[in-house]
Amino acid sequence: MTQPIIEIINLVTYYDSRKILDGINLQIYPGETVTILGRSGCGKSTLLRHIVGLSHPTDGQILIKGSDITRLNEEQRLPTLKKIGMLFQSSALFNSMTVGDNVALPLREHTHLEEPTIQIMTRMKLDQVGLSGFEDFMPAQLSGGMKKRAALARAIAMDPDILFCDEPSAGLDPIVAVGIDQLIMKLKKAFKMTIVVVTHELASVFQIADRVALMDKGKIIAIGTPDDFKNSDNETISQFFNRIPDPENIDKQEYLNSLIGNSK
Amino acid sequence: MSRLINILGYIGRSANSFFSRLTRMTALGENAIYWVIVAPFKGKGIRWKSTIHQMVLIGFNSIPIVVVICFFVGLILAMQSAYQLERFGASIYVADLVGVAITREMGPLLTAIIVTGRSGSAIAAEIGTMKVYEEIDALQTMGLNPVRFLVVPRLIALLVMLPCLTLIADFVGIAGGLTLATLNLKISFVRYLTQTANALVLKDLITGLAKTIVFAIIIAQIGSYQGFSVEGGAEGVGKATTAAVVSSIFLIIVADLVCTIFFYSTL
Repeated sequence: MTQPIIEIINLVTYYDSRKILDGINLQIYPGETVTILGRSGCGKSTLLRHIVGLSHPTDGQILIKGSDITRLNEEQRLPTLKKIGMLFQSSALFNSMTVGDNVALPLREHTHLEEPTIQIMTRMKLDQVGLSGFEDFMPAQLSGGMKKRAALARAIAMDPDILFCDEPSAGLDPIVAVGIDQLIMKLKKAFKMTIVVVTHELASVFQIADRVALMDKGKIIAIGTPDDFKNSDNETISQFFNRIPDPENIDKQEYLNSLIGNSK
Repeated sequence: MSRLINILGYIGRSANSFFSRLTRMTALGENAIYWVIVAPFKGKGIRWKSTIHQMVLIGFNSIPIVVVICFFVGLILAMQSAYQLERFGASIYVADLVGVAITREMGPLLTAIIVTGRSGSAIAAEIGTMKVYEEIDALQTMGLNPVRFLVVPRLIALLVMLPCLTLIADFVGIAGGLTLATLNLKISFVRYLTQTANALVLKDLITGLAKTIVFAIIIAQIGSYQGFSVEGGAEGVGKATTAAVVSSIFLIIVADLVCTIFFYSTL
């Protein structure tokens, strides 16, 4: 059995006194595409922030290629960070730099390559995401979908082993969103990357995922292939996959109490 | 009893939030010092291109407004002091008064306040907007330190440009006094300048410039601290910008008081 490339062990996090992540355990193996699925506010984006080291857990471990990212300082983390790419929900391109400089930034900072080489690599990466010729544009001149593509080019600039995507299709129209999903699949084939996608888009889950982890209220309640989920008779899973809304609150007394501010 | 608990709770929470803010601000300062002084010796250089860009934004682009305001303040100071001194037939001492007041106090203070309004707010707004759009997170996931990228260029630019701007302010302020004296008080150009030169000692200029280093650190530190603590979208950026300007100006005046006491009693 191969070693997991990412291993999350018993991760617990609080915001003030609110428990956001409640004992997460997850193993992700090299080369697979895992989607973390869940409703808004279930803690899936928080989980991703912890994996890439942006937030610190209250308890638990996150092993990326065997090193525990929660226990490393900034300098010790650097080798791990160089080998991961992250696509942010809002693209997070640096607005003060051109698209080309955005993609070139990690190369300029982390490698000792000559500037002409960096220019060529930048053009290659932009070409891979279908944005060749856009290197002199500012991010503000691009549409939402193009920004996502440019951000993806920046995320893969260092040829990462692991690519994380936070809601890659959020805020995009269905056609552009499918385009981004296909692009992710194409990159996966080309670079043999491990991909972790946080999303609540079912369509995209069926298109790209090898395995799905379903989160609810800070816990992973099920892990399996998309087909397992489709045929599951678990209440939360089928609610999610069949798009059934929460039942409306019908307790009149409780409703009255909540209106007059007496809710217990 | 429950009121007492509420009051104690309030005091406790306020103290807690005060000290946590203090800790974060100290950490930011420590980080900035590390990236300015220590890191260059470890082969992690300062980003000069971005620093020079900031120098232009913070320093060069402030010259017009500094010149206009300091010229007017020089004029005003000369008018107000002439009003008093004329009664004693001592109008020539306007030169002493304006010269000393501008170099020791008004030049550094006005420049710092103008730069706070222009650049302290810009620093908070830029860093705050970057935080809102996850750009700071993006830097961190790329293994790039946000303090090195964003704070250090601005801090160095301020440390270099604020004294330069203050020097300009000093000259222009004195020119303001000179303008009033020659046009209105019938004091000749040469006589005013000689009087100013005799009145000023090097110490006046140096104490004035020394203060600007402290002011530069305050503007950079408070601006970036407020920027990094932005939460919750555009409204948060607005709040941070206001807070950066208000608290910088307050701290600049407190620091000015402390510096003046120090220079007055020792030098």
